[in-house]
Amino acid sequence: MRDFTRRTLVKGGTAATAVGALTGPALLNWAKAWAQSSPFKPEAGAQLSMLRWKYFVQSEDDAFVKIMEAFTKATGVKVTISRESYEDVQPKASVAANTGAGQDMFWGLYSLPFLFPQKVLDVSDVADYLGKKYGGWVPSAQVYGKGTGGKTWLDIPVCYSGSLMNYRISSMEKAGFKEFPKTTDEFLAYATACKKNGTPGGFALGHAPGDANAWAHWCLWAHGGNLVDKNDKVVINSPETAKALEYSKKLYEQMIPGVLSWNDASNNKAFLAGEIHWTDNGISIYVAAKKDPTKQAIAADMNHAYYPIGPVGKPTEFHLMYPLLAMKYTKYPDACKALMAFMLEADQFNAWLIASQGYLTHTLNAYDKNPVWTMDPKTAPFRDVAKRTLTAGGLGSVGEQAATAISEFVVVDMFASYCAGRTDVKGAMSDAERQAKRIYRS
Amino acid sequence: MTQIALEQPPVKQIRDATAWARLKVNRDWLGFWFMLPAAAILILFLAYPLGLGVWLSFTDARIGRSGTFVGLENYEWLWGDNVFWLSVFNTLLYTTVASTIKFAVGLYLALLLNENLPFKAILRAVVLIPFIVPTVLSAIAFWWIYDAQFSIVSWSLKHLGLIHENINFLGDVWNARWSVIFANIWRGIPFVAITLLAGLQTVSPSLYEAATIDGASAWQRFRYITYPLLTPIIAVVMTFSVLFTFTDFQLIWVLTRGGPVNATHLMATLSYQRAILSGYLGEGSAIATAMIPFLLAAILISWFGLQRRKWQQGENND
Repeated sequence: MRDFTRRTLVKGGTAATAVGALTGPALLNWAKAWAQSSPFKPEAGAQLSMLRWKYFVQSEDDAFVKIMEAFTKATGVKVTISRESYEDVQPKASVAANTGAGQDMFWGLYSLPFLFPQKVLDVSDVADYLGKKYGGWVPSAQVYGKGTGGKTWLDIPVCYSGSLMNYRISSMEKAGFKEFPKTTDEFLAYATACKKNGTPGGFALGHAPGDANAWAHWCLWAHGGNLVDKNDKVVINSPETAKALEYSKKLYEQMIPGVLSWNDASNNKAFLAGEIHWTDNGISIYVAAKKDPTKQAIAADMNHAYYPIGPVGKPTEFHLMYPLLAMKYTKYPDACKALMAFMLEADQFNAWLIASQGYLTHTLNAYDKNPVWTMDPKTAPFRDVAKRTLTAGGLGSVGEQAATAISEFVVVDMFASYCAGRTDVKGAMSDAERQAKRIYRS
Repeated sequence: MTQIALEQPPVKQIRDATAWARLKVNRDWLGFWFMLPAAAILILFLAYPLGLGVWLSFTDARIGRSGTFVGLENYEWLWGDNVFWLSVFNTLLYTTVASTIKFAVGLYLALLLNENLPFKAILRAVVLIPFIVPTVLSAIAFWWIYDAQFSIVSWSLKHLGLIHENINFLGDVWNARWSVIFANIWRGIPFVAITLLAGLQTVSPSLYEAATIDGASAWQRFRYITYPLLTPIIAVVMTFSVLFTFTDFQLIWVLTRGGPVNATHLMATLSYQRAILSGYLGEGSAIATAMIPFLLAAILISWFGLQRRKWQQGENND
């Protein structure tokens, strides 16, 4: 990856100068000025490599690549990007952390840096710089950046990918609802009516890292259940969890058959084929429908909504966080920091948010004003996901135990085994409790 | 005189030849030198990782930090872990059912292909296709075939009016198990069939001619000529087949990730999930290490089988 020679360095250097000279200051003046005024100066001759999650919305990746190119032109630092399906970033990053060799930067999921906190670069200066400049970080992003009660930033919580309710407007109206249900009770009535009308929906109950974890945690938290309390003591075996399980089973009975086998892609396919009329997902279904000439009817007939609020009386959503971290072993820590700062500066980030069409949600308050949230009213609900989300681990710490519990599907499997009728409520809770206690043992 | 003879220089020279110089040319050691490169590769890439894996299973190593020795703690935990025992059950079921059917169908195919069929060469090549396609690709094809909403099987049966609801291939515990077993069988048959076919070709036709003259039936020719002569190959093929099936990973990972509710988790997939995805290297290694006794048993059975002349050359040839 970093096996550059003197020759490539010279070439890189001259190329950067040549481009600057040829295209004149017009194209590059901002990026160049940024490079000069930025507090983060890359090391001479630095080259970076980054492994990022594979895009769901092509235009988002195009905008991302443009940012990387601008960075290279402004600073002379070449950035090599590789992409992996988002759940595969974690094993690669873990192995890299373990062996001390691999990409300089990893852009993964949830609390990735907390799996190996002592191996990642402290980026507090970047976080402070961005926070001050752009209206501060939302609280959930601070938790993902520093951990619960942590002082140093282990990563830059770049953005969320919101997982909200996707629904068909016509079938909702046919089910007798003018707007999407706001409470869990209404939601169950809605799901029941939808099934009766032959327009069922469904939530993934297989090992779907994104969709299944999102709704299972929502359901657990909405009823007051929690995997752990604020001291990371396992409290999953509780009457509240039992209520959540009972509710999920009633809901499961109203879902389309087969959800136990669903992965993250299954509900997208089924929704776009008109097989299901409600599910939880990012904005990718809508984006795909808009782009496909044969799916215009679905795009026009669908909308997004917040998750219904449960007995606890407040939002209990769980959105995907994408933290960007740099490894301590990198030869160019300053270049990593410079890139992190560059990505989130308004001139880059605004264009990127627009290109992602609502798939990504910012974590810096100033970006609430980005036009992407008003251009299409159907993206509007996604603006608030950073403010509505709870963090991995719920009440507990966002550390490696929380990350492990999510990747082990402790909560998802608890719901799945009860919904599938493999265990009773008590069995499902005690299985999850046993697993969680192992994960959270001190 | 005697003193002078004792102090003769030539004796001294012989003593000067070092042990190393003698080892270099010693015929008894020559074999050792030739084996050394192979041994180095085996030790470096097989024995060392295996040893390391076993060692890790006695530690609480996590990804990103080396663990401390915890004795049998990982195994004790697994002993009481429902999911682990479920994966052991799944692995045994998967291996037994899939290997048996692969052997039966593979042998049948091999016998069929050994006959004088039209387009024999093409047919033999076609049989190999499932084996040639990369596992992940065929797994993705099966993923669509088994899809809860878009399965071609469900679609066809629905259009034929035989069923009214989609078949829940991967969402039902037992359906999922049979579905992944079927995919594994589909993929594994060519290996068994083609290898057994190679074995069949080595059987001398004169034996069949003699048997036919003696009035042996087709079944008797198979039972008393083909089967005994094929036994060594069968032992090797089935050892490999069992080992491949027991350690299968890709098919399961693509199709179900061990779901629904861990009903198709094999020991290999569970080990990967615990060790790499969740970061518990120690526990994952313990699961992988727990596979060793089963694999050793499979190897030993065929090893001792191969040593026995009865197995190799028929029952009465001791």
